[in-house]
Amino acid sequence: MLTAVLLFLPLVAALLLHFTKGAARALALGASLLEFGLAAYAALAFKTQGSQAFNLDYSWIPSAGINFHIGLDGLSLLLVLLTTFLVPLILLAAFKRDYDNPSSFYALVLFMQTGLLGVFVSLDAFLFYFFWEVALIPIYFLAGAWGGERRVAVTLKFFLYTVVGSLFMLAGFVYLYLQTGPAAGSLATHSSELSAFYSLKLSAAEQSWLFWLIFAAFAVKMPIFPFHTWQPDTYTEAPAPATMLLSGIMLKMGIYGTLRWLLPVVPLGTSQWGKLVIILSIIGIIYGAIIAIRQRDVKRLIAYSSLSHVGLMAAGVFSLTQIGLQGAVIQMLAHGVNVVGMFFVADAIERRTGTRYIPDLGGLTRRTPVLSVCFLVMLLSTVALPLTGGFVGEFLLLAGVYQYNAWAGAVAGLTIIFSAVYLLRMFQRVMLGPDSTFSETITDLTGGELLVLVPLIALVFWLGLFPGSFLHLSEPAVTNILALVGR
Amino acid sequence: MTSIILLSVFGILNLFLGFLRSNKVLLPGAMLLLLAVFGANYADWNVAHAPYFNNMLVVDNYTVAFTGVVLLTTLLLLPFSRSYVVDGESNLAEYYALLLFSLVGAIMMVGYDHLLMLFVGIEILSVSMYVLAGSRKRDSRSNEAALKYFLMGAFATGILLFGIALLYGATGTFALSQLATAVAAPANASLQPMLYIGILMMIIGIGFKISAAPFHFWTPDVYEGTPTFFTAFMSTVVKTAGFAAFLKLLAVALPAAQGFWLPTIQAMCALTLLLGNVGAAAQTSTKRMLAYSSVSHAGYLLIGLVASKGILTGEAASAIFFYSLAYSIATVAAFGVLKLVADHRQRDDYAALNGLGKTNPLLAFTMTVAMLSLAGIPLTGGFFGKFFLLAAAAGQGYIGLIVFAVVMSMVGLYYYLRPLIAMYLRPAETDATPVPVDGIQTATLALLALLTIVLGIAPGFLSGIL
Repeated sequence: MLTAVLLFLPLVAALLLHFTKGAARALALGASLLEFGLAAYAALAFKTQGSQAFNLDYSWIPSAGINFHIGLDGLSLLLVLLTTFLVPLILLAAFKRDYDNPSSFYALVLFMQTGLLGVFVSLDAFLFYFFWEVALIPIYFLAGAWGGERRVAVTLKFFLYTVVGSLFMLAGFVYLYLQTGPAAGSLATHSSELSAFYSLKLSAAEQSWLFWLIFAAFAVKMPIFPFHTWQPDTYTEAPAPATMLLSGIMLKMGIYGTLRWLLPVVPLGTSQWGKLVIILSIIGIIYGAIIAIRQRDVKRLIAYSSLSHVGLMAAGVFSLTQIGLQGAVIQMLAHGVNVVGMFFVADAIERRTGTRYIPDLGGLTRRTPVLSVCFLVMLLSTVALPLTGGFVGEFLLLAGVYQYNAWAGAVAGLTIIFSAVYLLRMFQRVMLGPDSTFSETITDLTGGELLVLVPLIALVFWLGLFPGSFLHLSEPAVTNILALVGR
Repeated sequence: MTSIILLSVFGILNLFLGFLRSNKVLLPGAMLLLLAVFGANYADWNVAHAPYFNNMLVVDNYTVAFTGVVLLTTLLLLPFSRSYVVDGESNLAEYYALLLFSLVGAIMMVGYDHLLMLFVGIEILSVSMYVLAGSRKRDSRSNEAALKYFLMGAFATGILLFGIALLYGATGTFALSQLATAVAAPANASLQPMLYIGILMMIIGIGFKISAAPFHFWTPDVYEGTPTFFTAFMSTVVKTAGFAAFLKLLAVALPAAQGFWLPTIQAMCALTLLLGNVGAAAQTSTKRMLAYSSVSHAGYLLIGLVASKGILTGEAASAIFFYSLAYSIATVAAFGVLKLVADHRQRDDYAALNGLGKTNPLLAFTMTVAMLSLAGIPLTGGFFGKFFLLAAAAGQGYIGLIVFAVVMSMVGLYYYLRPLIAMYLRPAETDATPVPVDGIQTATLALLALLTIVLGIAPGFLSGIL
């Protein structure tokens, strides 16, 4: 029951927002904090009661054997925690700007949260697809209606890319669904349960093309090179809170989907194509990093940096090693925190100076010591400095990729060196360096902004110092996935 | 049967109400009458009736279900007649009466069990529509649409009648069940060519009515010229009734000739999907886009006919029912919004919708839901409509057709997003004022959006009912 409350609370709040004109901020923030409280409670209860307590299974479309089946395991739980942790912060970030029609903006963020949570808790293929697409609708409007100048073309591209990818996945799911037999006690001839998909025995030839049908959706969402071309434009044009949702949480839908709905469903396809995906991921790492070095727009630079880092996560996942998968889980959390923090800082600078263009900035640090420190912490965690969450995640990921293939590990390791290059260079040119027109006038972070950054920084260090508290939650789930893949 | 009688009586009643010349009486009157008919129709659900008129008309669940769709569609459409009718039209009572009469034709098309009844039904529906297409008498585009529709329609009806005659010649009967036996075991093999030509001509005749390619060419012009209110009626009620009739013909009378009609329908289906979607993508007028979109939806519904394998009940028939309902509701919503906006802003291209999200949030929201539903995005009825149709086809192994349909629905995404972009992403003209919407219309728009979302969240109660 708690799972259903978790899932629909943001949606109810989003609907209520349309009827509260004055108290929109309080209601949105209150609902998201309550949601985080519930998720934290769920995490505590999970430790004592196990995943069975969160299982909820209702018949949804009886004639087709489709169920409303949701549940939590360690992996889902961590992503639910990440989502519920980030959404209040993203809302706080949204409060910093005066958007037109703010209650619709907050309502869409909360609507998005339901979509995202639905993806992470669904245990039925069509329910999963349903939420997968539902999450796209609010983000399209967030990025489109409140975005920058080129928003029309950019969001159209984003929408078409992702929906086309998803339709391939749907086609794959329909094929799998038609291969299943009836579930116990069901009138329908097929079942779309995750467990029914897991127990299918498909030939290697079928799995070979099914892999690409399903992976198309995940590859676009992450995005993996060469399905990434929507990403930098969308990240740049979308308003900061939408960018945070996209990069902080939505990207994880792709990784999560791969872990739950791809690897165990088509294990033979995975082992056939895993090598190619790793090669594409590594190309993405290098490609994103090299382009990031050349960027002059802070937001674009972070966008390419995110592309580079997600490549490493994908490579870790496809290494099919326990350590690589665990690394991906931790890095999903760490990257979510880092990238949201980075975009927040970039937005804070843009709000003050009116520009994101690196050559126009410089010498900001003198008047903004607190901002500089926060920026640096987020940046160093992204660079994977020890003590930070980024280090734990990337180290485990690299260890996993190295176990898979030493050369792949070596090349993938470049991600850390490259990110040090472009991120520190950006920091140097934006915060340090010769004075710019803003050096004297810029103001430091306000208390409200620290309210966003302090929890993020706290989590960065928590992840870096005590990763065990998270790894321990995901371990049974990861072991289970690997057992299903046959490793 | 009660619904046919009631509609006929109410139609005449409406003509007399017309003496009052007051839309304040006529519109609520017509809506109440339709509501009563809807109730009477619902009372027939799961009730076994003996066939009427010497086995010419049957009222079974199939009839009741599709009758329900056309009645509900008309009921939800009526509130949008208001501003149109107020514009100094003197014959409003006649228009309502014609709508009610045309519904009689639609119900006969759904419930027929005899080819003559099918023909009479189609004619009752079509003749009303010829008049209504030209109802804006002083508008030359409306006149052009009426003339085009009439000429093409009369031609198609002729072909249909020719087909019926040939079928009769080959089998000696008009009754569906007897036709089925006669087609399955032909008494005289030399008459087989006549039978097949007859079937082909009937497919062409009905294909014209449901605007399936290659007999769709009249659709964009006629839809564009016809007053928007009646365009909405044409693209929903006529299409739903046409598909119900088509499925019944193929499934009840001609299952034995499947080897002949199945490839024909498949080819039509692929061509309709292609021409409808590509045509819609090329439009700049919202109304013409919706016209082509209605062609493309005929294509999706044809998938249901292919998957039906000549069975009137079961997965495919239920899918066609669900799709018709979801499509009708979304189309009424889209045309309803477009009509209100176009009346106010005096244009019907995409730019007419600019900034609607700011000036009229409810109109924009309803239009958004309608577009997402037509595009088949989850959370809307359109998604499950497509899903049920494609799943039914997949169950029969039509993988090639499904892949093609999915690719075409990707094209669909592009043009269904364009109204959304105009409404939310582009600013309104500086002097844009909110579109006036009255109370009943507001309630209807909200209801249309709600129904679409309910169909998209809880499709279980209507899926698999046939």
